[in-house]
Amino acid sequence: MRLRCPICGARDRREFYYQGSAVMLDRPGPDAGEVAWDDYLHLRENPAGDLEELWSHDAGCGAWLKVTRNVSTHEIKSVELAREVKR
Amino acid sequence: MRVEGKGLIDRTQRLSFRFDGTIYRGFAGDTLASALLANDVRHVARSFKYHRPRGILTAGSEEPNALVTIGEDGATDPNVRATVQELYEGLEARSQNAWPSLGFDLLVINDLAAPFLGAGFYYKTFMWPRAFWEKVYEPFIRRAAGLGALSGEKDADHYEKAYAFCDVLVIGAGPSGLMAAWTAGQAGAQVILVDEDSLMGGRLNAETLTVDGTPGADWADDMVSKLAAMDNVRLMPRVTVTGAHDGGTFGALERVAHHAGAVPKGGVKETFWRIVAKRSILAAGAIERHIAFRNNDRPGIMAAGAVRTYLNRFGVSPGKAVTIFANNDDAHRTAMDLQDAGVHIAAVIDSRKDAQALGDYRLMQSAVVAGADGRRGLEAIRVQTASGSEKIATDCLAVSGGWNPTVHMTCHMNGRPTWDEGIASFVPTPGAIPGMETAGACNGAFSTAACLAAGVAAAKTTLEVLGLAAPDIDIPQADDSPYAIEPLWAVPGNGRAWLDFQNDVSVKDVKQAAQENFASVEHMKRYTTQGMATDQGKNSNVAALALLADATGRGIPETGTTTFRPPYTPVALAALGAGAQGKGFAPERKTTSHAASVAAGAPMIEAGLWYRPSYFPLRDEKTWRQSCDREVGWVRSAVGICDVSTLGKIDIQGPDAAKLLDFVYTNTFSTLKENRVRYGLMLREDGLVMDDGTTARLGENHYVMTTTTAAAGQVMRHLEFVTQALHPEWDVRIMSVTEQWAQFAVAGPQSRELLNGLFDDTIDDSKWPFMSCGLVTVQGVKGRLFRISFSGEHAYELAVPSRYGDSLFRLLVARAEALGGGAYGMEALNVLRIEKGFITHAEIDGRVTAQDIGMERMLSKKKDFIGATMAQRPGLTETGRAQLVGLKPAGPVKQLTAGAHIYADGQEPVAERDQGYVTSVGFSPTLGHFIGLGFVTDGLSRHGDVLNMVDHVRGIQTRVELCDPVFFDPKGERTRG
Repeated sequence: MRLRCPICGARDRREFYYQGSAVMLDRPGPDAGEVAWDDYLHLRENPAGDLEELWSHDAGCGAWLKVTRNVSTHEIKSVELAREVKR
Repeated sequence: MRVEGKGLIDRTQRLSFRFDGTIYRGFAGDTLASALLANDVRHVARSFKYHRPRGILTAGSEEPNALVTIGEDGATDPNVRATVQELYEGLEARSQNAWPSLGFDLLVINDLAAPFLGAGFYYKTFMWPRAFWEKVYEPFIRRAAGLGALSGEKDADHYEKAYAFCDVLVIGAGPSGLMAAWTAGQAGAQVILVDEDSLMGGRLNAETLTVDGTPGADWADDMVSKLAAMDNVRLMPRVTVTGAHDGGTFGALERVAHHAGAVPKGGVKETFWRIVAKRSILAAGAIERHIAFRNNDRPGIMAAGAVRTYLNRFGVSPGKAVTIFANNDDAHRTAMDLQDAGVHIAAVIDSRKDAQALGDYRLMQSAVVAGADGRRGLEAIRVQTASGSEKIATDCLAVSGGWNPTVHMTCHMNGRPTWDEGIASFVPTPGAIPGMETAGACNGAFSTAACLAAGVAAAKTTLEVLGLAAPDIDIPQADDSPYAIEPLWAVPGNGRAWLDFQNDVSVKDVKQAAQENFASVEHMKRYTTQGMATDQGKNSNVAALALLADATGRGIPETGTTTFRPPYTPVALAALGAGAQGKGFAPERKTTSHAASVAAGAPMIEAGLWYRPSYFPLRDEKTWRQSCDREVGWVRSAVGICDVSTLGKIDIQGPDAAKLLDFVYTNTFSTLKENRVRYGLMLREDGLVMDDGTTARLGENHYVMTTTTAAAGQVMRHLEFVTQALHPEWDVRIMSVTEQWAQFAVAGPQSRELLNGLFDDTIDDSKWPFMSCGLVTVQGVKGRLFRISFSGEHAYELAVPSRYGDSLFRLLVARAEALGGGAYGMEALNVLRIEKGFITHAEIDGRVTAQDIGMERMLSKKKDFIGATMAQRPGLTETGRAQLVGLKPAGPVKQLTAGAHIYADGQEPVAERDQGYVTSVGFSPTLGHFIGLGFVTDGLSRHGDVLNMVDHVRGIQTRVELCDPVFFDPKGERTRG
């Protein structure tokens, strides 16, 4: 599998570290309550289709990436810099 | 026997080789198989299960029978297919799976016992009694099973891995592949053309057919020369594409040196390639299938297309009186080619009623071969016709049950092939591999003309997607005869008719599987072992599932195929793991003091990828403990030097640097004064401890963070996450500088004296109090000095740019020795920190909270930080959790062991009664006994309790007293003084 890092270009997936769901981008406030924090940390969708995920280009530029990937076919729909998504 | 005037071999270059010790002769251009057939060697192997004599069936990588062992000792290669092994001078091949010899094999007894060894034999027999499994069944199966054997020695050969990138990868260099590469190459695309054979051209080298009026082999040779002359086309012969993977990535195995005999010194035997292609064209051809009938596995019975290959490419006729058994027109060409070469055709047996002879030979229509005679070599066949049975003497029977497109690669990403009634076989389902076109015989187009045209068409489709203009290509003229076939899978009758030769699966086995309700094709495969082992049933799978379909009353498309998985042909693990043997297994990180430490005789131990000195033995010391005790004493009484460069160092700069630190640490760093250091605790977002370390403020907007050695990478990634994904608006930059700085601990009462005289300025407690830091100049080199301590002594850490590390270490050690101390290693460092109750990742193992390690007051209540909210979860704050304690021996056994568990008095030492565990231990020379750290339920409030320590693994039991984890100088007077 290959990911197109917006900074480095298309690279082998072994250069990347896999984090998990891109839910991690939306950190609740300290007073958001138990449910919000439980959702943020523990509850995950498990679709047989497109999933928004976080990858880190560990063995490359170190960029955190938001990747939309079909987890059934491994088709990469988009790769964005997490930094840009958050702005 | 050789046939004069035929073949592409070089008859001027004679080669001699040995098979099972006997010397034979062949020519350059031969394979081992063709050379054996030229010498009339027909019986070359024994089958896997029944040890039946077997001969060469095919002329390609799909060969199920002719497996041999080549090479000696560490260079031994088992299961080499004689059909792909190129001949070289002095080649030595040995038969396998026979004892004591190929001709007289005692395990042939299995063949006589065959009625008891049918499908499901293993599952039915090796079930009971249970106690027999380990002692009786497994040793028996292990001895009897397997084909060739490994030497058991270290692989003496060198393997490589390599990477290639291209616009278009063309897999297979037959007529389709050559035209596809030519078309794409003319358009200017970067092309890689791969073929598993040493000679490109595919079946053009095996047939007498012409292309544009010239012999096919000559046309292919000419085309290969033209492609080789193009800068944008790369030809890769002897390379098998083993798998199609995600994102246009393909695995491929190059047999670099198998054709050349011994690998030259420093040379490579095999290279495993990863080829990344924007688009790919599969032109993998087709594989001929057999027909099942009684004793259809006798040596001398071969695939009809393979017989043509041996004749036309290698100038060999596998027999003197050849018979042919077919259900299609294509096999009749075998009769024509042999006859033209002067070989006698005894008969052509065709199962079809309307079969037509292509030439002047005896054709038997509506006839089948019902059996074969001759155990170690074919002598005669029995032909069944409507009018009766006839025995025909023959030494070679060429069989064709039709051709199966090589669809394997298109199924590597969950694709399923589609049944094509017209050719009675499976063809690729379009789009099964993203970006892949299929062309020619692998797509069910069997005539040469159709293949040439398909290669051009596939290339044009590919070029369009790539945005390249397709050139005008003239498609050469070639044979376009139709492929007429009537399916025939098995000839009815008594006796065993074989499907999978490598695993000895018969028609009866498949039917039995269906009867016993292993009716799904995947179940049938596992019950009968059909399609397993090195050939993966390339000749037999389609026939087996057709018979299963018949036995279960379903159609073939509904029955479906088993799953084709990579690799297409076997790949040695040595090739997949190339570069990872020995030291290549993992990178070695060495500190700047490595050479000096090794020179001092220090045994180096691994800490992650790092190598660190365990201890520095003196001449009269016999054990590591003596050295360790002495080094601890040096630090406590004089001064010791230790390389601490492996700890992670992260440079943090920018106006929002303090904000970042306040957010990732539980305590506050924005209030830290410049030139001061603070200990920090870091949590994960789930509230558990991630890491700890000291962070120094070098300037208003400049900090240097220290992480543990173990978590350096994790913390760096974490900081990147926070700054990129949570707070990209913060103006802060982070950079790992672990390898840029060499850092040494100078620890002990004499540390200040050691440093004074080294710097331009003198060090004293007013300018350099505990937890201060700043810049110093060490003999002209700018460095950083931190007054911090991991030993509990008055201590410093001195950092200089790495290039000065080696000389600074030697200098510091010399100065320490002059003061009655010296270098200390990891063992002493560990004892020193346990004496002070300092934690490492042995304690913060990802399961503990700040409360568990007695650091609850470090959780700031004035700010949000990573882990702040979840650290307050009831499960993490309520009583009953295991908490950090010190441990002292309190019984007759004075030894403590890390990993031991702790139980209350009178309780059975079982998991349900577990009260805690020991994380770190060491013998404290300072205190004169073992000390340890561990976690015990509610341990903070249980100091003074005496419990039982049980080490189930080492068989050690003792009494331990719980105590404060700080064993030595609890007030920290030595550190500050």
